[in-house]
Amino acid sequence: MSKSLMDDSYYRKQKAMQRFFDVVYSIFRALLVIGISFIIIYPILQKIAVAFKDKTDIYNPTIYMIPVHFTWENVQLAMGILDYFPMLGKTLLFVVITTLLTAASCALTGYGFARFNFPGNQLLFTFVIMTILVPSTTLMLPYYLHFKNFDFLGIISLFTGKSGVNLINTYWPSIITSATAIGLKAGLFIYIFRQFFKGLPKEIEEASLIDGAGGIQTFFRIMLPNAIPPIITVVLFCFVWQYNDTFYTTLFMNGMELMSLKVSTLSSQANQFIPTLMGYAHGSGFKADPNHVAMVVDTGILLAIAPLILMYLVVQRYFVESIERTGIVG
Amino acid sequence: MRLKSMSLQRKRSMLGFVFIAPWLVGFLFLYLTPLIQSLMFSFTDLVIQPDGYSLEPVGFENFRNAILVDANFNRVITDSVGQMLISVPMILFFSLFSATLLNQKFRGRTLARAIFFLPVILASNAISSAEQAGLINLIGSGAYLNEMEAELSSYNVTSIVYMLLDVGLPRSFVDYIVSAILGIYDIITSSGVQILIFLAALQAVPSSMYEVAKMEGATAYECFWKITFPMVSPLILTNIIYTIIDSFTSSPVTTLIYSVAFETQNFGLSAAMSWIYTIVVALVLIIIGLVLSRKIHYN
Repeated sequence: MSKSLMDDSYYRKQKAMQRFFDVVYSIFRALLVIGISFIIIYPILQKIAVAFKDKTDIYNPTIYMIPVHFTWENVQLAMGILDYFPMLGKTLLFVVITTLLTAASCALTGYGFARFNFPGNQLLFTFVIMTILVPSTTLMLPYYLHFKNFDFLGIISLFTGKSGVNLINTYWPSIITSATAIGLKAGLFIYIFRQFFKGLPKEIEEASLIDGAGGIQTFFRIMLPNAIPPIITVVLFCFVWQYNDTFYTTLFMNGMELMSLKVSTLSSQANQFIPTLMGYAHGSGFKADPNHVAMVVDTGILLAIAPLILMYLVVQRYFVESIERTGIVG
Repeated sequence: MRLKSMSLQRKRSMLGFVFIAPWLVGFLFLYLTPLIQSLMFSFTDLVIQPDGYSLEPVGFENFRNAILVDANFNRVITDSVGQMLISVPMILFFSLFSATLLNQKFRGRTLARAIFFLPVILASNAISSAEQAGLINLIGSGAYLNEMEAELSSYNVTSIVYMLLDVGLPRSFVDYIVSAILGIYDIITSSGVQILIFLAALQAVPSSMYEVAKMEGATAYECFWKITFPMVSPLILTNIIYTIIDSFTSSPVTTLIYSVAFETQNFGLSAAMSWIYTIVVALVLIIIGLVLSRKIHYN
């Protein structure tokens, strides 16, 4: 009797202890999560606050985050300097085209490597890994020269007599590299597709072959519809990386209107643009208030990331889910 | 039809070539050729002419110039490789930590996940360079920028330094911790993809393992080190490699190589520099791969 009572109280005590530690731990965890989230979100909040702040509020030391005078002026200025909507349209067109081409070519290649035993499969796949590992800086110079005088196997010089066409400052270099699956981080995408297709059961294909479908038909009718998770992963990442990329865009399209290029030179443009807007002639020696320029730059950055954030709000759950199902973890 | 006369196996393997054809064409003409060209450029003096370019072989002159003559290259490359070696463990630790955190069940987990992966989207060179330019414009000169950043980014760490030293930790370790605290923003923003990969790995661990361990009386700590850690260990190597290659694009070495090529027009030197960089990175990757592949548990 007494023994079971003792057991009971011991058990209860243990349970109380357990609950206490659980509560302490969950508070600790909540603090950590909130702290890290704050570090990530803070710059964005700050930029939003700055974007709607009036010039008169710059030197008001009592203001923290929430401005006293709200205004759309910064947004309008930044949009004017960036030539926002036409440029956004061009950027999105470019990014969507390259993303779709990359996804298509990488899916084909990944499937080819996963399911066919042609001679040199292993060796060629090693080369795919090599394209991931070699820094793209190494290829920068030949790429530039190559696309400056672009000629495929001498076909162009055969027909026109010229030594090739200059493709620098057009969309073509990026389109060609993404269609041939060696563009921005394409090796990684091939790897993702290969891993996924390797994980699919072989029986699906065999069944479709027995039912009379050819290899290519099997791929488009059977394998692709099954490969939604890696397609989502690749499309999302490719889109984001293309949108943010400055390496290939500065190399191939330095003179073109693309978001990443325009935003990185925003500060100097704002410096030139603001005095003219305020009615001072060019070269009159008037300099824009650096704090005001900084405000416009912050607003411009916010405008540049706004489309991505909007997209992210819609698709963020796919980011986690699809990567879990692509089988990249083996 | 020749295709008919082939055996089924031959046909299948030909079909494989059809599938990889786009990549193969791209690889041969837009990857391998430029790679060989780049190697060739590094041993020559390249002069741009109206219709193409001319090459003049100079032997190892470019490599000698890069290592012995150029004022910046050695410093920049040791700096950035050193920086890489310092930040890789921090990013790895932080991303594994966050992944375990995000894998637990708590209220608002979906929101927390959404926020933790936000840096994947916002990690952009364009934005960081715009921010930097804005800051330079604000201060009036780039010279103060580094000092300013150190001042701005932080709160006072002296007390922590004294505390850790008093505990008796070695000096170098304290320095490392402090640099991690000061660079917390950079670490968090550059570990988005790594968290994703670790999280996916964590979810692939069968829950029956944890159930068994719990029945046998294992604590959460033991569960982590005996089950979670070995199960995600193959992904540690993946993440290290990813972190290293991710640092290429924003590395100051890339900027230097770009400016040597397109601003000073010294193409041969630039090619030589990029090859030295490639070799250094390859060495680092090989060493890390060799060391880690012994410790990884594959199931």
